[in-house]
Formats: sequence, structure tokens, C-alpha cells
Amino acid sequence: MNTSDLWLRQAAAILRLEIKKSFLARRGWWIYLLALGPVGICGLHSLVSARSTRMHHTLNEDYHVYAGIFQFFYLRLGIFFGCVGIFSNLFRGEVLEKTLHYYFLAPVRREVLALSKYLAGLAAAIFFFAGSVALAWLLIGAHFGPGWREFLLGNGLAQLGWYTLTAVLACLGYGAVFLVMGLVSRNPMLPAALVMVWEGINAFLPSFLQRFSVIFYLKSLSPVEVPVTGGLAILAVASDPAPAWLAISGLLAVSGLVLYVAARQARTMEISYSE
Amino acid sequence: MNAGAIELDDVSKFYGDVLGVNRVHLSIPTGVTSLVGPNGSGKTTLMNLITGLIRPTRGQVRVLGLSPAKHPDILRKIGYCTQFDAFPKGLTGYQFVYWFLRLHGFPRAEANALTRQALERTGMREAADRHVASYSKGMRQRVKLAQAIAHNPSVLVLDEPLNGLDPMARAETIALFREWAGEGRFVLVSSHILHEVDRISDQVILLSHGYVVAEGQIQGVRSEVKDHPIQVLVRCDQPGLLASRLFEQDHVVEARIHEDGKGLLIRTRDADRLYLLLNRVVLELGLEVESVAPADEDVNSVYQYLIGAEGGTA
Repeated sequence: MNTSDLWLRQAAAILRLEIKKSFLARRGWWIYLLALGPVGICGLHSLVSARSTRMHHTLNEDYHVYAGIFQFFYLRLGIFFGCVGIFSNLFRGEVLEKTLHYYFLAPVRREVLALSKYLAGLAAAIFFFAGSVALAWLLIGAHFGPGWREFLLGNGLAQLGWYTLTAVLACLGYGAVFLVMGLVSRNPMLPAALVMVWEGINAFLPSFLQRFSVIFYLKSLSPVEVPVTGGLAILAVASDPAPAWLAISGLLAVSGLVLYVAARQARTMEISYSE
Repeated sequence: MNAGAIELDDVSKFYGDVLGVNRVHLSIPTGVTSLVGPNGSGKTTLMNLITGLIRPTRGQVRVLGLSPAKHPDILRKIGYCTQFDAFPKGLTGYQFVYWFLRLHGFPRAEANALTRQALERTGMREAADRHVASYSKGMRQRVKLAQAIAHNPSVLVLDEPLNGLDPMARAETIALFREWAGEGRFVLVSSHILHEVDRISDQVILLSHGYVVAEGQIQGVRSEVKDHPIQVLVRCDQPGLLASRLFEQDHVVEARIHEDGKGLLIRTRDADRLYLLLNRVVLELGLEVESVAPADEDVNSVYQYLIGAEGGTA
């Protein structure tokens, strides 16, 4: 068996073990709630509006509201903290449960282990959050009936595609960041808070430094501009938006760099459950 | 270094300021080697170093010529039954062993066959489809043992492997150790149940406070402690009378009546002189002697001598 076949076989075994844990973790209830929250709210809005005799808002207004939900809830809270919960526990959770040696005693390169765990976390994060983003988007305007179907078949589908792609990229970027946090820190919440501050002040940083963040690229990819002004606009609107190709490749490059650091860190990791 | 052995060359491991093991030089041959020492003496640290779970702060560890921390491939030849009593959630005993083999890269059919074999050898076949979470302590121990042997390693590292096993399972497991050792494998066992260590070991390594205090065959380890008295039990009809004569000798450190009143325990710095003296005194006093036997030629006594009741080096 050649090396790449072996790595693929080992990665498949790790994915099989990890996906079960990522999707069915009892302590992950709050992550599922974070993902389901906006779906529930959008669904409720649609249901109430559909039963109302008079429509008090337009389809366009609904999708501007959705743009706000996407920018302020999904990107800055939901996906961010969801990724903290999923990715920082990939290694840290196993240290707490004293099960990491199961992997470390197998002849698996730590780089293969780190990447496979990341992919398993990514599958869960994308399922929950990209799924939630798409479902909430579909639900928020559904009560407009024929108008909504017309919008969907026109610009709507592209808009849905961009939102979903942005959510996937957010999972990819934040996932890589929090995988490293789980490897280097005993309490990932502290570095998570630091990352949150860094992402929060991103708009106020010099443009060179802005590129070393995830939110910089994500803001550039949002298909609908949030109709806000003042301080909120600085947070939600990219002042110097990167073209889509640059935003996507930039985010992939940042994620790749961070994953490289994660793999290096995993390589030197030791089993020490008594910390 | 010998590419066919487990070698530790000036190995130290510190956890921050806390000492794990210090300046360990060891060459462990094939056969059963027991690591003996009280809690916190460094047994598990040494095993974790040999299996690459931790890296030495200083020095080199080599297993079959390779550093386990730098060459994960060597783990194909190492099986480690850890003391960690934790298992990945939701797995049955069968899955626990099977997925470990899949992590090694074994194809499905081979992994299935090896899993069945390992579970059979450890007497876990019938309980294989139950979740590990429902296992008793002894079953968990046996399924860990199955995981350690499933890939047919040439180096077996077993941390307190007899813990939680019933007498029958203990006997079977000890027989397995002897079988593996007989096949020319390295079997490294840590235990604090010393009479079992005595039964299974070809050699012992005594640890205390992170230091190797003695190593070698049990007899050899005993003779390493040149300054330390050995103990001889003389079963005779008048132990008190015998004691009064022996006290006069400068090499006799202690002579006390055995708990049952039918023997004398003598500690001496010179066993040869004691045996010669005994012959003479027995004849002079006309004692009826039932037996004369060393009372401490086992690991337990050596362990007591070297480490002491409080765990301090003697």
C-alpha cells in the first residue's frame, strides 16, 4: 500500500469516528440551538405574515432584514461561537475525556489526524450553519407566495448561493482558527474572546492588517448591503471590499496557513491528562 | 545503540517543575520486564515515553532503533495497554478494537479477522457487541488488552494490566505474557502486585521518585544492594536460643522471632558467613531445624529494601 492510500484509509477511519461525535454530541445542544434559532424566527415570521390579512412589509424589506441577521448574527455570533464549540473541542474535548491516546497510539501522522478531525468538524459546521443560513433565507420570504417564487428564480437563487458560500467559508476560516486555539490553549474561551475582539476592531485597522482576519473577506462576499448607518455600518459594510475571487482565495490562504500551524502543533502535542 | 531493543539513554522528563523520571539509562531485552515502584515513581511516565505519548525533556528513547515520538510508524510494532480507563464514546468492544486497526490502515476484512482473534484471546468474544460503557472494570481491562495485541506487535507495553481481573483471568493473562515473551517479544509490564511480578518477570526495573534504583534479574537486583542486609528464615524448635547466639556476630543486624513463634528471622550483611555459622551453632546447641531459607529473594523484599514503607529510597 502506498503512502497516500494509507493516509486516505486512515483519514476515512478518523472521519467515521469523528463525524458521529460532531453530529451527536450531547454537550453540543447549544450549537444546534444557535443554528436553529434564526430558522425558527424566520419560519415564525413567515407563518404569522402568511396568516395576517394585511402585509405590512415588502419582500425587499424582508431580505434586507435577513442581510442584517446574516451580518450581525450568523457571521459575528452564530457561526463564530458555533465554530468555537465544534473546532476547539476536536482535540481539547478528547484531552478532557482522556481519550486522545486512542489516536496517538495508532501509527497515524498527526498532520493526517489534525486535517481529518478538521474535515469532520467542517462537515458538522457546514451542515448546521450553512444549512441554517439557507433554510432561514428560504423561510423569511416564503409567505410572499408567487412574488417570492419569481424572486427566487430571478436574482434570489444567486443571492442564496452567495450567502451559503459565505457561510461555508466562514466555517472554513473560523474552524481553522479555533482548531489551533483548541490545540494551544487549555481554555479556548480566552483566545476566542481575543479573536472576537480582533475581528470586531477589524474595520478600524489599517487595510494591511485587515487582511489577517476572517471577517474582512466575509464582509466582502455578502450579496446584500445592510441598510444601516453610523457605527453599525462600519461593522457590516466593507469600506474597501475585496473582489470575490480575492476574498475567496484570501480566505482559503488564511485558512491554509492556520491549518499548517495546527498540523505543526499537533505533531508536537503530548498526552497530559492531568493538566 | 542496539536496534533490536528498547533503549533509554540519559532520559529525563519534567512536567514543568515536577519530575517524571530523571537520568534513566535502560536497555530492556526481550522477555517479560516488570516495572515496579510505588505510585508516582515514574512507571507510567516511562511507558508513555517508550510509546511516544510524551517526549523526553532530555535524552533519547529508541524502540527497535527508532524514536517513537518522531517516527509514528514504529507504533505498528508497539502495543500499549494504558492505565487510562476512558474510551471513545458510543463504541462497542468490537468497534473499539476494529477502528483502532482501521486507524493502522488495515483493510476491512483483515481488521475484522484480527479483531475477532484479539477478542478471542482475551476472552471478550461474547461481550464484543456490547457498549464499552456497560463493561465491568475487568472487561474494560481485557478489551484494552485486546486492542494492544490486535495488530500483533513485537513490543507490548502494559500498564497495570492485571488490575480488575478475576483470578482466572489473571492466570490466563499471565500465561499470555509468558507466551509472547517465549516468542521473543518485548513485554514490559508495570504492576504493584508484587507476587505476580515475581511469577511473570524475567527481569525487573525498580523505580522510586523518578529514578531507576535497580534493574536486572531478581537475584541480580538483590545482589546489587551490597550494603543492604538480606533476610533468612530459620524454622527450628528453639528460636530464642538461636537468637541469643547470633546476636554476638557483627554481621547480624537483626534477629527476631517469627510471628508464629516457630522460627527466627535473621538479617545479615554476610549470608555466606551466616550459613557457616548456622551449621556450627545448630550442632553445638542440638537444635532441631526444619528449614533454612532466604526470606527475601523475591521482588517484594527487594522493593521493600530499596524503596521503604514510605516510598523513600533506602
